[in-house]
Amino acid sequence: MKRSLALAMLLVLSLAPSARAANEADYKAAYAAAEAASKEAAGMRNQWTVTVSALAAARKAADGGDFDRAVAAAREAEALAKASIFQATSEKEAWKAMEIR
Amino acid sequence: MKQRATVLLGSAFVALAALAFAATRVIAADKVDPVADAKAFQNFFFQKFPNVKHEDFVNGPYSMNEDMKRQWQEKEEFPPYEFALDAGKEMFSTPFKNGKTYADCFPNGGIGIRQNYPYFDEKEGKVVTLELALNRCREANGEAPYSYVKDEMASLTAYMAYTSRGRPMDIKIPDDPRALAAYENGKRYFYTRRGQMNFSCASCHVQSPGERIRAETLAPALGILNAMPIYRSEWSGMGTTSRRFVTCNSQTRAVPLEPQSDEYRDVEYFLSYVANGLPISGPGARP
Repeated sequence: MKRSLALAMLLVLSLAPSARAANEADYKAAYAAAEAASKEAAGMRNQWTVTVSALAAARKAADGGDFDRAVAAAREAEALAKASIFQATSEKEAWKAMEIR
Repeated sequence: MKQRATVLLGSAFVALAALAFAATRVIAADKVDPVADAKAFQNFFFQKFPNVKHEDFVNGPYSMNEDMKRQWQEKEEFPPYEFALDAGKEMFSTPFKNGKTYADCFPNGGIGIRQNYPYFDEKEGKVVTLELALNRCREANGEAPYSYVKDEMASLTAYMAYTSRGRPMDIKIPDDPRALAAYENGKRYFYTRRGQMNFSCASCHVQSPGERIRAETLAPALGILNAMPIYRSEWSGMGTTSRRFVTCNSQTRAVPLEPQSDEYRDVEYFLSYVANGLPISGPGARP
């Protein structure tokens, strides 16, 4: 019994650093990065619908005070926006490979 | 020693010649040549589907599947676009508040001219589609423009297409570098992958016509605009060319552009030009 209790405490302590809840500042930083990437994609005329949805989900979660979820959604939005930028950049030349000649 | 120098010189000459040949090929490949493009585009589909009559490509998925074609032919006895067609005819002949009509804005009173749209307006330096010309006509006569995607615009274009049925698509590219640039821009848009699904227009309508995406049979790109506007069961109503582009973008999870944006106008120009010679079949009906 004593041994189990010690193990459980050890487990809780080992997880403690990574389980810190995100706060508003974390969200604002993550959202700003996502928004900047999203604007760049839109400027390239290659915005993805899923990026817009992820940004909206981040805002909604933050409005409800759930900053863990808000940060996760903002990071997803940033990753999607960066993928769309990569796509637009590579397609500047890659489209020619699909052309019927 | 002399022999070795001759071999080296000879090799260098061959390498230079090969480089020059390759460079010419690259330049030739990048040169905008709409006539050659259209020929290659049509041949691609004619060879891919040797049993489809050339004029049948304008019937989209029905040209790819005999069962679907029979069902559609029966449906054509009471076509779902008939209400739009009647409404369009009435709208077309009803005068604006200033007494003028759409007929005053178009050559030949707007009858039998669908096959000439879109055209390149050398004054404006841009492509003008039929939908755009209709709204410009309204605005020039003091009327509010219609939505580009459905309802009234679909009805008006349905009627105008109907008066052109059977006439071959006849799109001109004037000897103007801006017209060639617009055509090339449309071509680029057509082949460029976009959206989270990483699809281009060509992914479905060049690589996979006749194949299914879920329950839908994909239409060939050749002649795809000749049938516009269309009644789509999926939409439970009529839709314009603009609506088709917007929907295609959304389906690939790309944020659609605004209707009648330069890109959409240019891709309509490209797709219409490569369908030159194929008959207008609009308004159409699609699943």
